[in-house]
Amino acid sequence: MNTRTDPRRSEPLTLFEKVWKQHEVVPQTADTPAILYIDLHLIHEVTSPQAFSLLRSLDLKLRRTDRTLATMDHSTPTDPDEISGRVPIKVESAARQLKQLEVNCREFGVNLRGLGSDQRGIVHVIGPELGATQPGKTIVCGDSHTATHGAFGALAFGIGTTEVGHVLATQCLLQRRPKTMAIEVSGRLGPGVTAKDLILAIIGRIGVSGGTGHVIEYRGTAIEALSMEERMTVCNMSIEAGARAGMIAPDDTTFAYLKGRQYAPTGAHWDAAVERWRALRTDPGALFDEIVHIDADSIAPMITYGTHPGMVVPIGAAVPQRPGDAAHAKSLAYMGLQEGEEIIGKAIQVVFLGSCTNGRLSDLKQAAQVLKGRKIAPGVRMLVVPGSQQVKREAEAIGLDRIFIEAGAEWREPGCSMCLGMNGDLVAKGDYAVSTSNRNFEGRQGPGARTLLASPATAAVAALTGRITDPREFLAGAAPAAH
Amino acid sequence: MEPLRTIESRTVVLATTNIDTDQIIPARFLTTTTKEGLGKQLFADWRYDAAGMPKPDFILNQPAAAGCEILVAGRNFGCGSSREHAPWALHDYGFRAVISTQIADIFRNNALKNGVVPVVVDKDTHLWLLNNPGTLVRIDVESSSLTLPTGARTGFPLEPFARYCLLNGIDELGYILKQADTISRFEQSHDQIYPA
Repeated sequence: MNTRTDPRRSEPLTLFEKVWKQHEVVPQTADTPAILYIDLHLIHEVTSPQAFSLLRSLDLKLRRTDRTLATMDHSTPTDPDEISGRVPIKVESAARQLKQLEVNCREFGVNLRGLGSDQRGIVHVIGPELGATQPGKTIVCGDSHTATHGAFGALAFGIGTTEVGHVLATQCLLQRRPKTMAIEVSGRLGPGVTAKDLILAIIGRIGVSGGTGHVIEYRGTAIEALSMEERMTVCNMSIEAGARAGMIAPDDTTFAYLKGRQYAPTGAHWDAAVERWRALRTDPGALFDEIVHIDADSIAPMITYGTHPGMVVPIGAAVPQRPGDAAHAKSLAYMGLQEGEEIIGKAIQVVFLGSCTNGRLSDLKQAAQVLKGRKIAPGVRMLVVPGSQQVKREAEAIGLDRIFIEAGAEWREPGCSMCLGMNGDLVAKGDYAVSTSNRNFEGRQGPGARTLLASPATAAVAALTGRITDPREFLAGAAPAAH
Repeated sequence: MEPLRTIESRTVVLATTNIDTDQIIPARFLTTTTKEGLGKQLFADWRYDAAGMPKPDFILNQPAAAGCEILVAGRNFGCGSSREHAPWALHDYGFRAVISTQIADIFRNNALKNGVVPVVVDKDTHLWLLNNPGTLVRIDVESSSLTLPTGARTGFPLEPFARYCLLNGIDELGYILKQADTISRFEQSHDQIYPA
């Protein structure tokens, strides 16, 4: 046994270890994994149907409907007419899948934020928004971006459909305790440099498998200075570094965000909860299996150039040269880019603003600031997809929808949309898309689509100029490159 | 799940590093509500052209790949999304094992639950396998070891409980369900600290 977490010794613990211990129904042994209790299970239409079928075939009930929350996001249309039912949902198989979720939720008693709900949205946007995501909880979902909820000091990770079935039936999972990695971010992000740039820089540093087998804790002054929405952007992409979970210790920023939300505790319960939550931080002297140091001041706006999020450079840099690296060459051939080529100035055809990474109100504001009173470049299609109905309402209340529409962008209904192109929102073969989402894999946004991941600010400036442009130039008041 | 004790097969090699689950099965095929028949969509965008015709130069479309149960892939296989459709598609196609130097966490978990053994080997063994496509490899689950036709034998990490489940064709759910009383006792105090 690892003496570091032996309960008989009061050794300092990491945030992860504290949350893990509080949820061990049965600790792990050499022969068996731990049985870990799950506080919140989030469900969506794509990874749940086969799990409900399993329950049905074994004649099992859902153990805790009060710990289960469902929504529709992945294959869900973003066309207002399809959502309202004025026209049929275009992707027929998606329509059947959405219907199946309704049937399953009704049969098993799951609370569903369905198509007509004003609380529907991307599962990782609505969990926090409703206050269901809370510090110290274990949160799972059949989606790898469940890491997002770690921004609140929760232990949150993606699971497969078989495990979705396990949680539905038992509220538990069999798990081996992962290793821990601290990413210490000192300093402060500069003007025009966002949380998205920070996490892209981190992935560029440790690589797309650098976090495999680990839970990451993001720490340090630059992390503490982030808003909750920025922290969610950082934790969201932990999986893109191979880590199943990313966590940030809860603090006053966290508590201020949660207070008054629908599922947040109230009155004396709130005070007691905050007191407990304050203890959820890594003790001085606690050991991590690995520590990485990053200097926030040195980070520039980042952009990907390849077919995984680790193929990323500061926006002013050229495509790296990797002679003899076949995977690199294959990736660049797909992207239609050359080694040594400048990325700045590259013409783009599509801009996607949205996703569980960057589809929250602050992301839309960041882009709207750039687009206000301006027009996007001729020939560029820009799709703006708010992360949830609540984000959409809040954005409309402050006129962001008008800014986007007047600039020439499309203002859509919430969902995952063009992040993975399941609902018919696609980038055409060969087209370049600047996307605020999380994955630039081959074909992710449609067969042959070429994705460049970036922040909402970088995406908005690209929409204006029709080219990859350094957002700092724009923010400094310099005229962006001509069309 | 069928018990799985040994796999003896020729290999198919896909040397590309970081093969993500979007390549294993693209998202547009995930609107299904069953697990069946996904093998025909395995590696769809590498395997078929825009008209849906097999691309002759892709390894799975070549006669040598027929009947192969072992996939040898580049480092960090299965990264990306949590879609269990990836091991469903691999299994339905006929693969029973994936060999690499690194396999992504969620994919590894999902594969083990579906009779696809994730086999992580050292760089030298991996390099030999990459350089000898179509070679006959034997994987023994019980001893978690792999034997090459050269006679070289190497172990690979396999979590003991997962091995037990593979060997006996057991789903983990039954094991957790047996602990229902322990879970209920846990909930009584836990619900006070972390209410629903």
